[in-house]
Order: sequence, then structure tokens, then C-alpha cells
Amino acid sequence: MSETMPEETAEKTRLLVALAGQQNAGKSTLFNMLTGVKQHIANYPGVTVDKKSGSYREDKTFVEIVDLPGTYSLTSFSLEERVARKFLLDERPDVVVNVLDASNLRRGLYMTFQLLEMGYPVVVALNMMDVAARHGLDYDLSLLEQRLGVPVVPVVGRKGTGREALRKAIIARAQEQETVPATLNYGKLEEAVAEIQASLSACPEIVEIASARWLAVKLLEGDEGAEELIRKQRPDQTAVVTRAQDLAQAFEAIEDLTASDHIVTCRDHLAGDIETTCVTDHKKGKTPLSERIDRFLLNRWLAPLFLVLTVWVIYELSIVQGYELTKITWPALAWARNFIADLLPQAGFLNDPQVRAMGLWMVDSANTLLNYVPIFLILFALIAILEDSGYMARIAFILDRILHRFGLHGQSTLPFILAGVFAGGCAVPGVMSTKGIPDQRARLATILTVPFMNCLAKVPLYTLLINIYFVETKGLILFYLSTITVIAALLVAKLLSVSVLRGMETAPFVMELPHYHTPTFEGVLRRSVDRTWIYIKKVGTVVVAVAAVVYVLLQYPGLPEEHEAYYQQQAEVAIADFHKSLDGNKYAAVVADYDALVSLVNVYTSYKARKLNAQGKEASLAVDERFKDRYPDFYPFLKRSRDKEGRAAIRALKTLATTRKTLRREMKEERIVTSFLGQIGRGLEPVTQFANFDWKINVALLSSFAARESSVATLGVLFEQDEGENKTLEERMGNQQKEAGYTALMAVSIMLFFALYPPCLATTIMVRVQTHSYLWMSFSIVFPTILGLTVSSLVYSLGAALSFTGLEMMTATYFFLLGLLLLVAFSGRFFRGGALRPGSPGSGTVHSVS
Amino acid sequence: MVETLPDQGPGEQQGGQHRSQHRGQHRHRHGQSETAQGAAPFQSLNDIANNTSCRIRRLHTKGAIRQRLLDLGLVPGVAVTMIRCAPLADPLEVRIGDSFITLRRAEAAQIEVTDV
Repeated sequence: MSETMPEETAEKTRLLVALAGQQNAGKSTLFNMLTGVKQHIANYPGVTVDKKSGSYREDKTFVEIVDLPGTYSLTSFSLEERVARKFLLDERPDVVVNVLDASNLRRGLYMTFQLLEMGYPVVVALNMMDVAARHGLDYDLSLLEQRLGVPVVPVVGRKGTGREALRKAIIARAQEQETVPATLNYGKLEEAVAEIQASLSACPEIVEIASARWLAVKLLEGDEGAEELIRKQRPDQTAVVTRAQDLAQAFEAIEDLTASDHIVTCRDHLAGDIETTCVTDHKKGKTPLSERIDRFLLNRWLAPLFLVLTVWVIYELSIVQGYELTKITWPALAWARNFIADLLPQAGFLNDPQVRAMGLWMVDSANTLLNYVPIFLILFALIAILEDSGYMARIAFILDRILHRFGLHGQSTLPFILAGVFAGGCAVPGVMSTKGIPDQRARLATILTVPFMNCLAKVPLYTLLINIYFVETKGLILFYLSTITVIAALLVAKLLSVSVLRGMETAPFVMELPHYHTPTFEGVLRRSVDRTWIYIKKVGTVVVAVAAVVYVLLQYPGLPEEHEAYYQQQAEVAIADFHKSLDGNKYAAVVADYDALVSLVNVYTSYKARKLNAQGKEASLAVDERFKDRYPDFYPFLKRSRDKEGRAAIRALKTLATTRKTLRREMKEERIVTSFLGQIGRGLEPVTQFANFDWKINVALLSSFAARESSVATLGVLFEQDEGENKTLEERMGNQQKEAGYTALMAVSIMLFFALYPPCLATTIMVRVQTHSYLWMSFSIVFPTILGLTVSSLVYSLGAALSFTGLEMMTATYFFLLGLLLLVAFSGRFFRGGALRPGSPGSGTVHSVS
Repeated sequence: MVETLPDQGPGEQQGGQHRSQHRGQHRHRHGQSETAQGAAPFQSLNDIANNTSCRIRRLHTKGAIRQRLLDLGLVPGVAVTMIRCAPLADPLEVRIGDSFITLRRAEAAQIEVTDV
């Protein structure tokens, strides 16, 4: 653009380069290739809406590259396009690299023409040359350069081919002094374009910002953004806007074709012409391989089968096999916990230093979540394969009809799968991946229903309750739960889109079914690691922060003084007993003072923990060796020997450690009962009594807002066992609850509430990020809470009134919801007249004319 | 004859679906018979049978939807081949050049086509 860079004569040492192109043209890969920095790649469809920039140095020039949102054109209809256009107009990059998909030149050229018309110095990066070659496309690059009037560099972003050439072309292009906006011939509309262009050229304030030619065309197209630009820059020149409208109408009257249709057609013609002359298609007329594959994969009858098979394979590999993997990784996490426990200040006899107690609490909270990392790595890798191969788009194609019926969109599939539509996922990446859904209403409906999916963190609570109450019908209950969440999500999506979301903007389902690709190992790995990393970051930030808050709420205000004193006294008695039993023992000297005693008890506890964690006899012996080395004095108290006095010492220590543990547990329990969270839990009992949640359940549910896993952890504390009993949490909860009169019906009520439970804190933050609204964030918390509580209360109260068992009530609820789903599905069909579609084999009888 | 059809803004897709309601089978038909039935006064992409080609004449949509269709190559003058419909009869898959585009019947019904 000659106007923008007036007196630049010397070589530029800093360049601003914009990367523009379609989403599927491999822009992000090219961005990474150019900058060389390992950047956050476009993992989720349309992630490039965020401004992504990177830089590199070429000789003496510092080049900053900004990755523009992936767009097909530069109109003002979509947010992405407005963002891209605004950047181009405001920042005036020195060079615009236009990324084109070499396997589909024609459609990519629309944007190239617009960039050229806008007057930017363009370098065309012809990406995916390898794919084009495989499709039998042969490029005459010099002819293409000649016809476009800009340098064309062939590249393969995925393999890094052509990087140097592209970098050089960018520098060379920037050093060229002038760029004359290219002109496209608009045929019968040319006269009108020329007239508007002439009037605009007379206003320096306008020409300074954008090319007159481009603006003239935009005005004739009726582009609102262009009109606004003129009103802003030259409020006195709005006559030109009106004139353009008049000219466009006049054109339409004569030609029976709108001016914008004509402009588009002109562009397409030229693009088609360039494609025909510059590209030889050696496979012309042949059916592409992808289509031959789709004849099977998208066959009416086979498509659902393949889909179910795909889902099953993903489930089997990630969830089932992933759990096997966690058995290997868990010891590492346990080791880390013990390691940190050693670093923290030593535990006291009864009360631990705050740093230690809180530190371990945080480590435990993080560990429960990190335990899922192997599952996520596998799951996200498989999903990346689905995306990269092109099958994900086909899934959207197959399911759009159903999803659309409930106010969702074909592209809602990916978020639901990520969030765990088949038991196991995470709502955070799920909500993030809604970015690519063009339909705003469907997108919000997706965001608000994605958290209903069974994320991995919901599973432990289900498992716990099922193991207590539904031992014999495990599979059935799990099946109910995983399908009920999908049914609920669909129903809620429908409900929301006909109520609160009613007025929102929608967009059609129009998308490309990409050619099948073999995913690259690197691409899949990076995407899987990136998404897992998001999950780990969630653990590292939000979850740990909330764990800290929950910790405080559970610890304070703490025990009253007289209770504290009572426990102290009990401890002293136990210690005195210990000393008495060691009277005359040769090892008594080791624990002469109080500090040494506390150390000994702690070493004993730590020794027991290590021994428990050690797998196999060898590891166990290694633990012995380590403790022998580190605590030679204490060792006789740890390891049984033939020495009589040693055995007595061990016995005495065991008694003491047991008493200590019991005392500590009693204190902990009392602390929770009187804690703030405990009080809140009690305070909620009047509301939750209809669902039969007592305060313990309330506390667990409240704490699970931080991260769902916490629910089980908190229950573990609340139903803590007495020392020596060594029962599982299932047994403990079962016993205590049966005493308290709880039934399987209540388990159903808890599970249903948990299924509809509001998103965890990390997810709500992501909801805020994706919707840019605190209002929707609050809605995403309040609505599911009310819904969940209502459903649980209804189910429990009805079940109790009809004296149904838990299983009966669960079955009844399931079929009720299923019925409701079918009702909504079919009434929608009926009322909207969509049932009898042309082309469906079932509707063959409806035709009347032939 | 085109102007009789009100343009549809975003969020108003029922019209398109409704129009295609009584079209009967996937057999290709001419505009006149449609008018006789009281349906849309033009032949749309929604009426094209599998493995049949047609040429886009005009888009009866506005704004973002229109732009989206154009961006994906559904441009006036372009030849389109109907490939298939999804297992549940909607959406459709069409071929334009070497690319395969999927769109709902509601939108297809707003794309006026002529025989090749």
C-alpha cells in the first residue's frame, strides 16, 4: 500500500507480518513452522480467535508474526472476520502471508483477491503441496505468480518444507517500495465501482485507512463494516454510501442479479479461471479416495454401526486400558506424596504444624486428579486422531439431525465427547472446544450442557455408592447413569434454547467434509499433550486454590479449648504408659525426651506408609535398608527381631501410635462437625432434606464444587474408620448409613444430583472465558443446582411415598426421562414438519408428481 | 418469480424446512410443478436427487448464512453434485469441484438451482 509507508527508504529492521487464511489451510502449523517457537497450536477448532503472535530473526531483520483468525473471507459478518479485518486496517502489517490450501486453490483465492484489493503486500504460501500432489494436482507456479502478481511459495507446513524460501520471500516482499492494489474486473458493475472509487479517492482520511477500490467494492456489496468506516472517518461523505446503494439497486433492476451476487460470481470466475490455467488435475473425473471411503463409512446403514464401533474402541482403549495404566503410575504419585511429607515440617504428636497439614491436603487433592493423567493422554490422543483424520467432521454430519432437534449443532459432538459422553472425560477441554461452533445459540446450549456429561471425576462417587447399594446390579446402574446424563443434556439443551437462549443468533450447519488424512504421530502427540496440559494446569491452579479454601472451611474455627485440653491429657496418659512399659528396656534411652518420641512416632508412621507402598519383597527390603541407614537408633522399634526387648519396644510403640491415631481422628471429626463447612452443611439440611441429604453428604457435595473428586475424599474423612478396623470406605459408609436409616433410594437421589451437579469451579471459569459473561457463569452454577435438587427431591420423595427400592426408582426415572426425550424429539418433528423428508427412503410413498 | 420468497434472517430456518415438506421423493422436478403444489416457486438444491448435478442460480439468503454458503463455494454459476444425505435424512452432502460440503436441507432449500 503506497500510502501507508511513505518515506521508507532504508531497509526495515522490524517487520510486522500477518498470517491470513482459512481455518483448514494449515495456518497454525505454518505459524509454528515460521516462528520455530513451540507455540500453543490451534488445538480446538477456531482457537486462533485469540491473537497469537511469535517472532524470529532473519539476518538483521526482526520479524513479528501475528496469526489472524482463520477466515474464509474478510466480510463483517462473523467475529473472526471482523477481528482479522480490524487488525489489517489498524495495524497495517508490512507483509500479509496468505496461506492457501494447495488442494483447493479456487476457494482460497477469494480471500487472496480481497487482500490484494485492500492493497497489502501479499506473499502466497501454497500449503499442503504434498496433499495436492497426492490428489494428482500439478501446479505451474510461475504462471500462478504471474497471474496473481505476487510471489507464491510452495510449502508443506506439517513437514517444515519451504520454510527458508518463505522467510526470504517475506523479507524481499517487505523491501519492495510500492504495492499497487490489484484490480479485479467486475464486468458490468465495473462502471459503478470506478465511480465510487473515484469519490472515495478524493478523501485522504479514508484512503489513508483502506484502499479506495476495495472500499468501493465493499460498499456495493452492502458491507456494514465498510459503511461504518466511512461514517466514522468522514461523516460528511455519507452520500457516497447512499450512492453505492443506489447503484447496486439499479444494477439489480437491470440484471436480475444482486450486485453482491455479481461481485462474488466475478471473483469465483477469476478464481476458477486461474485454477484451470495454473493447475493440471491428473485425476480429473476420478472419484477421490475419501469419497470411496465414505461410500462405506457414511452409508446409511453402516454409518451408525461404524460410529458405535468407534466410540466403543475409544472407551475400551482410554478408559479401560487407561485405568490399567494408572495402576502403574499411582505408586509414583504416592512416592511423591511421601517425599513431600518428608520435606514438610515434622508432625506434632496431636496437632501438626499448619504448613504440614495444609501442604499434605493440597498434595492429596492434586494427586487424586493427577491420577487420571494417563487416561487423558490416551483419550485426547484418540480424539486428536479422530479430528486429524477427518472422521470427526463425519460424526458431526451423522449426528447433526439429532443434535439440531435439541437445539444443539453437529459440531457439539466434539465437546460432548471430550467432556465424557461415554463415561470419562473432562468438562474443561469440553467447554473450550465449543469455540468452533458457529451457531451462537447452539454453542451456548452446548457450553451449558457439557458439564452434565460424566467426567472422570464423577465416577469415583458413583463407584462408591454403587459398591455399597447396588453390588448386584452394578452394570445396569452405570448404564442408567451414563445414558441419563446424555438424555438430561439433550432435554436441558432443548429447554434452554426455547427459553433463555431463544433470542440468540443462530447459524446454519454448513461445513466442509475434509479429505481423509493419515494423522501424523507428532501432531497427535502434541495435541494430546497440550490438552492434557490444560487439565494439569487446572489441577495446578484452580483445584489447588479451592482445595486450600475448603481446607480452611473444614479446619476452622477449630476445637474449643477445653476439648483441646482433654485430648492433650489423653495423649499425655498414653505417653506415660509408653514410658512405663519401656521401663528398664535398653532402648528406652533413644526416646528420652518428648521431641525424640514425636520423631520416633513419625518415623514409624512413615515407615508403615513406605512398606505399604512398596511392591514386591525386594522393594520392601529396600525400605528396611533405607530406614536402617537413616534411623539406626529407631530401627529396633520398627523391624521385628529376635531381641526380646526390641519386641517389647515395638509393641509399646504400636499401642502408642494407635492411640495417637484414634485421638487425631476424633479431633479431626470434631473439628469438621464444628467447622464452617459443617455448619453450612447443617444449615442446608432444611432444603436438602427432601432429597434426604444429611449434613455429611451436603459437606461432601459442597466440597466437590472445587473438584468432583473431593466428594469421595471428604466422605472418606467424614466416615473415617477406627484404627485396626481396616474396612473400605464402602463398608464404613454402608454401616454408618444403614444405622442412620439410609437406603439405596437415597443413593439414587445422590447420584442423580451428582449427575446434574453444577460444573466444577475450573469449568465455570472456562464457561466465563468462553461466554465472556459472568451472568452465564452464574447461570451455569445456579440452574443445575436447582434442577439437580428438584430432581433428587422428587425422585426421593416419590420413591419413598411409593416405597420403591432404589433400583426400581432408578429404572422408573430412566424410562420417564427417555419417554420425555422421545416425546420432545417426535413432537418437534411433527410440529415442524420435518418428519417427511424428501430423500429418506421411508418417505417414498409421499410423492405425488413425477 | 424469485422475489415472492421473503429473505430469511439468521435463526429463522423453519420456513425452509416447511417448504420442502411435501416434496415427495428425491426425484428431480421442475419449478412449475412446485408452484402447482404451493411450494417454493423455484427448484432448490434440496430437490436434487443423489448423483445428479445442477448449477447454482441464486441464493435466497442474506447476511451471515449467505456469506457462509459463498465461502464454502456455493457460488452462483457453480456446478454442484448431490452426493448423499445423512443416515437420518438430514443434512446433505454435495460435491463442488474436489471438495465435499455438508449443509442442512433448510439451507439447501434456499439455494435456487437450474439443470446443468
